[in-house]
Amino acid sequence: MNSRASSRRGLAIAGLIASLSLTGPAAIQSQEKPAPNIQPMPTLVPGRPEIPNAEVAKTLRGVPQPPFATPAEKLQISQLKMPKGFKLEVYVSGIANARSLRIGDKGTVFVSNRQLDKVYAVVDRGGNREAKVIASGLDRPNGLAFHNGTLYIGEGTKISKLERIEDNLDNPGKPVPIYTDLPNHQSHGWKFIAIGPDNKLYINVGAPCNICEPPAENAQIRRINLDGSGMEVFARGVRNSVGFDWHPITKDFYFTDNGRDWLSEDLPEDELNRVTKVGQHFGFPYCHQGNFTDREMGWGRSCDEFTPPVALMGPHSAALGLRFYTGTMFPSEYRNALFIARHGSWNRTRKIGGDIVVAKLNVDGTVKSVQPFITGFLNNNEYWGRPVDVHVMKDGSMLISDDFAGAIYRVTYSPQLASR
Amino acid sequence: MKPKFVRTLVALCLQLIGTIGVSAATIDERLVPCLACHGEKGQSLIPEVPSLGAQPIFFLSVQLLMFREKMRNIEPMTGMMQGWSDDELRRAAAAIAKLPAPSPSAPGIEPGRADKARALIQQHRCNFCHKQDFSGEDNAPRLAGQREDYLLKALREYKNNSRRAYDPSMADALHPLTDTDLQDLAHYLSRLK
Repeated sequence: MNSRASSRRGLAIAGLIASLSLTGPAAIQSQEKPAPNIQPMPTLVPGRPEIPNAEVAKTLRGVPQPPFATPAEKLQISQLKMPKGFKLEVYVSGIANARSLRIGDKGTVFVSNRQLDKVYAVVDRGGNREAKVIASGLDRPNGLAFHNGTLYIGEGTKISKLERIEDNLDNPGKPVPIYTDLPNHQSHGWKFIAIGPDNKLYINVGAPCNICEPPAENAQIRRINLDGSGMEVFARGVRNSVGFDWHPITKDFYFTDNGRDWLSEDLPEDELNRVTKVGQHFGFPYCHQGNFTDREMGWGRSCDEFTPPVALMGPHSAALGLRFYTGTMFPSEYRNALFIARHGSWNRTRKIGGDIVVAKLNVDGTVKSVQPFITGFLNNNEYWGRPVDVHVMKDGSMLISDDFAGAIYRVTYSPQLASR
Repeated sequence: MKPKFVRTLVALCLQLIGTIGVSAATIDERLVPCLACHGEKGQSLIPEVPSLGAQPIFFLSVQLLMFREKMRNIEPMTGMMQGWSDDELRRAAAAIAKLPAPSPSAPGIEPGRADKARALIQQHRCNFCHKQDFSGEDNAPRLAGQREDYLLKALREYKNNSRRAYDPSMADALHPLTDTDLQDLAHYLSRLK
């Protein structure tokens, strides 16, 4: 049978099925409006659930990220709540889609974009802080790392570098690629990168889907040498990590992983994981949060096959950037604790997240507690800001990036404020 | 549409593109060359040039910004948007959004294709973001009445990853669809009011 006859026959069959099971001939009109009550077809695509009505569906779709930054005077920082003694101020505003944070050896704060195309350096100009573009025309340049004077940038399909960047902020040149062997996909195609105590650069390569059997080169964290050589898969079964860091003492690698969508309002929870052995598999797409198998991909599998998370971070909460607190400004209970930015949910009727939480660890590296640290980016089920990354400054204060309002905040602590 | 009339329109619109920014003071004046191609009544008559009437302001702002920032590097749009401030982009988006919604770009939905398109819409939840009547909202554009050739072009470009997206939702949504599916969707959506 030629393909045309085949497709005609397919159409005829589809039409027959449709007329039997769907709307019937009465619906056949020209220039009609969409029928309000379409009988559902069987769901054949994983992750496309039935939702009872349009109003509910509306509360579950992606939160559109503003393309422009919020003016400084409209940032609602007075809504934020934090423990006594801490204070938050706007560090710099007007950076649309501010994402990952890194700080150079000379104190320059670098900020990236995910939905836009730029990397910025925050510089002082006559007492005013402002963001200066040091690279543009980039492809989802979410990932940043800094090492020995060089800024590394992780784009959708390449890792590149700007050497001696802090000496050349006015003339940084073009980023020079060091590694390009990365799959090109939109879904979870942006990168988080960091350089470890082993002087290797770690890269998240996310799943190219919400839920699917990922290609062999996806759903993993890789590491490479700083010249791009020696690629090794470091962790597998990782759906999409947008944050990792190393414990200051044990040097263990901790990372957040965002759970699948469209399964349930309450499941699965995002994960905080710890890698204790190279090549460990963390479950995606077969097992979520260490204790249940996926309704579509998990048949024939068991969660026993995979490394479970060390903590659960809340359903759809979008736990992203994290850093261990290595400073001395905050009280001693925060030393070596893990601060984690939760961007906040979209695929959930009652949103959660939009906050910074702090995970305190036991001596053996397991998690003792996860508690709210700064809350209030989410009020009345709406965001005015969404935290993405956290970073500890040399003086022990902490920066927080916000890609919704397009700003960076600085958190400080003072005993005087605490005793007031 | 007579080919000669379309040819004249294309010539006129290309001629007017050259005048942008020369003496225009107000946003409405600056939009004259834009609407010479996209249609002053919100409805484009030129192949593969989208109708802009009643598009959501959010979506328009994002697209204009992406052209200005060369994230979507397509002439003449990228060149035309150079030098516009954020505020001018916002005001242009607001003015364009006020244009009337386009009429269905061709008459008559083929019943078999309508059934297929409706099943795809139901299965892939297009209406969650684009709304039940496909009038669009926020960053999800109006699809009802859009030009069929433009819809098909955009769908194919999102599917094959050649159109720079502001977020990955369309690449996700189109991942399992075939080219025939895209043709049926474009056929159906272009004929909705």
